Amino acid sequence: MEEFLTDRLKTQEYFLNMGPQHPATHGVLMLLLKLDGEIIQNVELDLGYIHRSIEKMCERDTYKQIIHLTDRLDYLSSHMNNEAVCLLVEDALNIEVADRIKVIRTMMSELSRISSHVLWWGVMGMDIGALTTFMYGFREREMINDIFEETCGARLTMNYNVIGGVRYDLHENFAKRVKDFITHFRKKLPEYDKLLSNNIIFQKRLEGIGYISKEDAVAYGLNGPTARGSGVSCDVRKIHPYSAYDRVEFEEILFPEGDSYARYRVRIREMWESLSILEQLVDKIPEGEHRVKTKAVIKLPEGDFLQRVESARGDFGVYVKSDGQKFPYRLKFRSPGFANLTALNKMAKGLKIADLVAILSTIDIVVPDIDR
Amino acid sequence: MILNIFTDIHNLLLGLMSAKAVHITELVLIGVAYLGIFAVLGLFLVWLERRVAGFFQLRLGPNRVGPSGLFQTIADALKLVSKELTGTVKADKQLYKIAPYFVITTALMAMALIPFSQEIQAFDINIGVFFLISVSSIGVLGIFLAGWSSNNKYSLIGGMRTGIQMISYELSVGMAVVTMVVLAGTLQISEIVELQKSGWFIFTGHIPAIIAFMIFMIAGTAESNRVPFDLVEAESELGAGFHTEYSGMRFAYYFLAEFVNMFIIASIAVVLFFGGWLSPFGITDAIPFAGLFWFTVKVIAVIFIFMWFRWTFPRFRIDQLLTLEWKYLLPINMVNIVLMALMVWLGLTF
Repeated sequence: MEEFLTDRLKTQEYFLNMGPQHPATHGVLMLLLKLDGEIIQNVELDLGYIHRSIEKMCERDTYKQIIHLTDRLDYLSSHMNNEAVCLLVEDALNIEVADRIKVIRTMMSELSRISSHVLWWGVMGMDIGALTTFMYGFREREMINDIFEETCGARLTMNYNVIGGVRYDLHENFAKRVKDFITHFRKKLPEYDKLLSNNIIFQKRLEGIGYISKEDAVAYGLNGPTARGSGVSCDVRKIHPYSAYDRVEFEEILFPEGDSYARYRVRIREMWESLSILEQLVDKIPEGEHRVKTKAVIKLPEGDFLQRVESARGDFGVYVKSDGQKFPYRLKFRSPGFANLTALNKMAKGLKIADLVAILSTIDIVVPDIDR
Repeated sequence: MILNIFTDIHNLLLGLMSAKAVHITELVLIGVAYLGIFAVLGLFLVWLERRVAGFFQLRLGPNRVGPSGLFQTIADALKLVSKELTGTVKADKQLYKIAPYFVITTALMAMALIPFSQEIQAFDINIGVFFLISVSSIGVLGIFLAGWSSNNKYSLIGGMRTGIQMISYELSVGMAVVTMVVLAGTLQISEIVELQKSGWFIFTGHIPAIIAFMIFMIAGTAESNRVPFDLVEAESELGAGFHTEYSGMRFAYYFLAEFVNMFIIASIAVVLFFGGWLSPFGITDAIPFAGLFWFTVKVIAVIFIFMWFRWTFPRFRIDQLLTLEWKYLLPINMVNIVLMALMVWLGLTF
């Protein structure tokens, strides 16, 4: 009888193509799942659906032109990406930028970080099945986008940084608008917790799911909030302070649990920290020039250059090998999302499809950043 | 008042044809009327859901076509009717085509038992509640077949999830209803409502009735596949779940049936717990259409709670769904039935 049953009732593993067009993959990412019923046996990543060869394109562009291309990597932290290239060139040419520029860049970075995290929070809720969070997130995001629009005319791919400063001076309303946003967001962040973080279903969906240990996190090269959810201290703003980060006080958020809920809480707490950075700087924007004059044609000296910044998703790096020309000889972007995504199989193995979606959301990927 | 209209129509028809023909004509008329109610109700609820969602989500919802966007869903339905019915090449054609009708037919059959008011109820049998539950469990076959016959892995996963979910939560719905039947002592819907003239069952049955109501609401949400139990569709995981491969009117059948099923679940809740068409102030008989009015108000209030759930809660995972049912709801339900039986036996109900 038993033989008969095992013969008749044996289960069969099957493959499921999740993506490249799928609501949970946040863009054109393809996951090849090996499933036993609902349980995931293996996750294989298939990248390359929006490869635009941006790094190769950078080799035919001048350094000023490269900045425009970095907007199209991680479009949610476009300001930070711009900043990385600008800082690299300024460092290489020993251009000293004024304090005002540093403070403006820092404030814009933190605003970008909040707007990126707010969008992530909305999408996180959507992936778990709570559809309302998306709209709530966009309410705050709109306010930040309005500030960006008033400052530089663009809302998403801002192109605000130029080598030696920022493109335009701050709008006169900037400080007032940022203060308004801070008071508004301080009231709304606890609302986020009420709606989603403290919901028992939400907590049960995330707690203990997608665990990755501290050692594994380091081994996979995880970075940004994803790694800090495993207790790995990796905040570039702390390790290699750039712009005005050495003069503000903020805490590096670390949660040792290493599960999805820890990664979720890291990002929520980071929004609080970003708010506090903004608060410290908004009244102390120094007077001065918004842009240092640079040469019309910028040539980097021969050698290797590396600049890291902490983008909303983690450690964003630009590596340039220069042969003294006005174009880089070789350029490489180190995108935070790519390293984080590689750990997906490790995190999701043995769990259910619904968990995979939740984990993918807590890693917070932006596919154009991974596929350059 | 309404009875007069019905008798007038009856007499008019009798003047035109033989008694037998009148009988058949009347059945057809009632059937057509219910189809109309079905369509209007479905479209109205879709509109209501969108407006409620807009209200919860800091946006407006449909507000351009007609007053408050009331005709938006009609326009959408027209679009769906005029669309091409596409399907997959390797689908199991027969089952694929039949599947939506299971859902829509059972929803219609259940509608026949809904007492809109004292006079408006197509089908008042002595096993009414039992019939409602059994009919609504056939509906799941439609979803199951859709998942199987589409020949799509997402649909299949959705279909399998339906099977698991329905088998589990049918129990809870059934047992919550049985708890109230113990209190009422009858299965006939009109009688259950009449018995509540001295007080709604949720008050007269106090503690066990309130527990039964909460369980019914949870299990009812699961029965109608709505958040937080919408694993069957789970758009962030499965695209659209079981109806991924359906288009045009076949898709619309599922879409409308979901909303009508929600209406049916809400109606059962109103009949069992909140006194059906009875007015809360006890003046039902005096005013024409008062019964219809109160019934609609109560049902929409319950439906609003369902919508509130949908736009607030995240979704369960499949194992959590089963844990909730088999480890919590079912044992509580069993104890609750015994508690209710004891209360009725000892006369502790109001």
